[in-house]
Amino acid sequence: MRVALFATCVNDAVHPSTAIATVRLLERLGVSVDFPAAQTCCGQPQFNTGYRRETEPLVRRTARAFEGYDHVVAPSASCVAMVRDNYPRIGRKARSEGRGSALSDAADSLVPRTYELTEFLVDVLGVTDVGAYFPHTVTYHPSCHGLRVLGLGERPRRLLRAVKGLELVELPGAEECCGFGGTFAVKNPAVSTAMGADKIRRSLSTGAEVLCGADNSCLLHIDGMLRRRDAPQRTLHIAEILASTEEEPLT
Amino acid sequence: MKEEKARASARVDGRGPGDGRAFIGMPAFPEAAAEAVGNDTLRANLRHATRTIRDKRAVAVAELDDWAELREAGKQIKDRTLHRLDHYLVQLEESVTAAGGTVHWAADAAEANRIVADLVKATGESEVVKVKSMATQEIGLNEALEAEGITAYETDLAELIVQLGEDRPSHILVPAIHRNRGEIRDIFRSEMGKWGRPAPEGLGDSPAELAEAARLHLREKFLRAKVGISGANFMVAETGTLVVVESEGNGRMCLTLPETLISVVGIEKVVPTWRDLEVFLQTLPRSSTAERMNPYTSMWTGTSDDDGPSDFHLVLLDNGRTDVLADEVGRQTLRCIRCSACLNVCPVYERAGGHAYGSVYPGPIGAVLTPQLRGTTSEIDASLPYASTLCGACYDVCPVAIDIPEVLVHLREKVADRGGRGHRLEKAAVKAAGWVLDRPGVLAAGERVAARTRGLHPGRLPGASGWTDSRDLPRMPAEPFRDWWRKNRS
Repeated sequence: MRVALFATCVNDAVHPSTAIATVRLLERLGVSVDFPAAQTCCGQPQFNTGYRRETEPLVRRTARAFEGYDHVVAPSASCVAMVRDNYPRIGRKARSEGRGSALSDAADSLVPRTYELTEFLVDVLGVTDVGAYFPHTVTYHPSCHGLRVLGLGERPRRLLRAVKGLELVELPGAEECCGFGGTFAVKNPAVSTAMGADKIRRSLSTGAEVLCGADNSCLLHIDGMLRRRDAPQRTLHIAEILASTEEEPLT
Repeated sequence: MKEEKARASARVDGRGPGDGRAFIGMPAFPEAAAEAVGNDTLRANLRHATRTIRDKRAVAVAELDDWAELREAGKQIKDRTLHRLDHYLVQLEESVTAAGGTVHWAADAAEANRIVADLVKATGESEVVKVKSMATQEIGLNEALEAEGITAYETDLAELIVQLGEDRPSHILVPAIHRNRGEIRDIFRSEMGKWGRPAPEGLGDSPAELAEAARLHLREKFLRAKVGISGANFMVAETGTLVVVESEGNGRMCLTLPETLISVVGIEKVVPTWRDLEVFLQTLPRSSTAERMNPYTSMWTGTSDDDGPSDFHLVLLDNGRTDVLADEVGRQTLRCIRCSACLNVCPVYERAGGHAYGSVYPGPIGAVLTPQLRGTTSEIDASLPYASTLCGACYDVCPVAIDIPEVLVHLREKVADRGGRGHRLEKAAVKAAGWVLDRPGVLAAGERVAARTRGLHPGRLPGASGWTDSRDLPRMPAEPFRDWWRKNRS
């Protein structure tokens, strides 16, 4: 089984700890992981802001970078949603504009091999107890793309519940968007901030030490708001909690 | 002055901005929304109202085991109809005409308003009663009639509140959702007397008292009016039947008491057969008011000698709809049955309120419908496709499965292509980023510079205030992931 890590650009540049945790977690579960260095960005911010044609080179690049791998695993729900939902769309449009089916074929080849991390763990590896240890109270925010586009459902919570020492507390209004929304955060800062303020108010009301998510871009926004307020809660990607063990605990 | 100009320009191009109270020329969505976010009363009113109806809808929908099938059926009926819209509209015209009605075709708002005004004038009347109708708001009919010396009385409770308060609607189903009971009582007390029967002495703010005040005020108008104006939720092509779905009974009064009935209906409201109503009469009430069945469903087919209006006119309204139909991605917007479930579930609508959308169609559906009907030349219209986080909650609840996020992104592409305000610079930035992202070596070098200089990064950046006014910037790591991988794994 050839497995490639699709680290994503945000994790590569800003949250390498999440990508490192994903590597360690998968290796601990007996999966040997490769990191094809030709990968950069899936093109989600460009596409969602209205720059479809500017996204096409990134679709091509991403598809080529992961050619030949049986599984492509990303610790980012929204980047996987971009591949699964929008790559075929971009391919179809290029074809309907008379620019051939190469892009469409590339998308069709990549989509069925691409998994969000918790999908890969639960559906492909068939594990929910990954042998993790994290003695803290945690609440989970299911980001919109993971919740509604990928349909991750209970997978992340099942994985978290199996973590030794971890107490999972439910987040009120969990299914509601945090207000990040990519460029929405800067194009509509007032509404974005109002939504974020409600999200962190509810998150803090749980008393949890950690707000956990499966999408670091949303956590970037939520964490930025928590730190601006010096709030007693930190954000963590689920990969980092699942990578933590009694021998090598995450501090 | 600015308002008058906007109204004039809206009339000239025939694409009425809505109820005529200056939607065009209003600030872009982000500025209008920022103002609304700062209004605590508005925020509280909207939060309470949208959350209540959102939760009720979820319960009403969960009762049906076949909701997913009903949703799919509604989508397919609409798509099939839109695919042969020309055929069904001609069939509808034949059916309505055979049943004693008269059909008029209006290409745009100006033509529709002209037709209606002439029909009213031909009756010799100077006042009309109205059933709540989005189509007549879209074309600014009340203002057009006013200009011809005809007074239009809104009879839906919430529309009455909006009309008396010289306000604008902020929701498709509950246009006065931004008002609380105290505000409504004050409007009734001060304004009702100017339009007819004044509010009862010592009017309180209980729902029963407010409803009774509206009943008394409206009853004299129902009994006096000779002309009624409505829209319709559905038009059945095979029978020529029009359907109005409502809760208060004011619609039933307006549709049955007057001698002349004029219905202004968007061309996308046609369904092929009577049987198709089976689907929508289940999905519409549950999606909009969270009811299993709405209290009043009025259906009429042409005219009859012994009951109801003796003169019936149907004005079929295009007003940009055929342009929407021509767009392969955008055309799904025409499936909309105006239930407003997407508004009630939208976190952006809840905070920004309906007025920020600058259209009679606010919320997620407005953000896709308005720019398609009016184009994206004005600042407000160009900003609407961006008034969403693409969270997808609207798509989930839509009873005809309009993929609103997909249409939003499609419209963003059109706006970006036009290169208006801010988009030229944005495009240049996207192209520059694209150049870097297609060169992993250059990207890695950039990441290394960002990591090595992290001690120097300020908490706030000039030019990045959209982010840093409310949030700290992320802390940069000591090295990018690629470098860790190179050192530890490759």
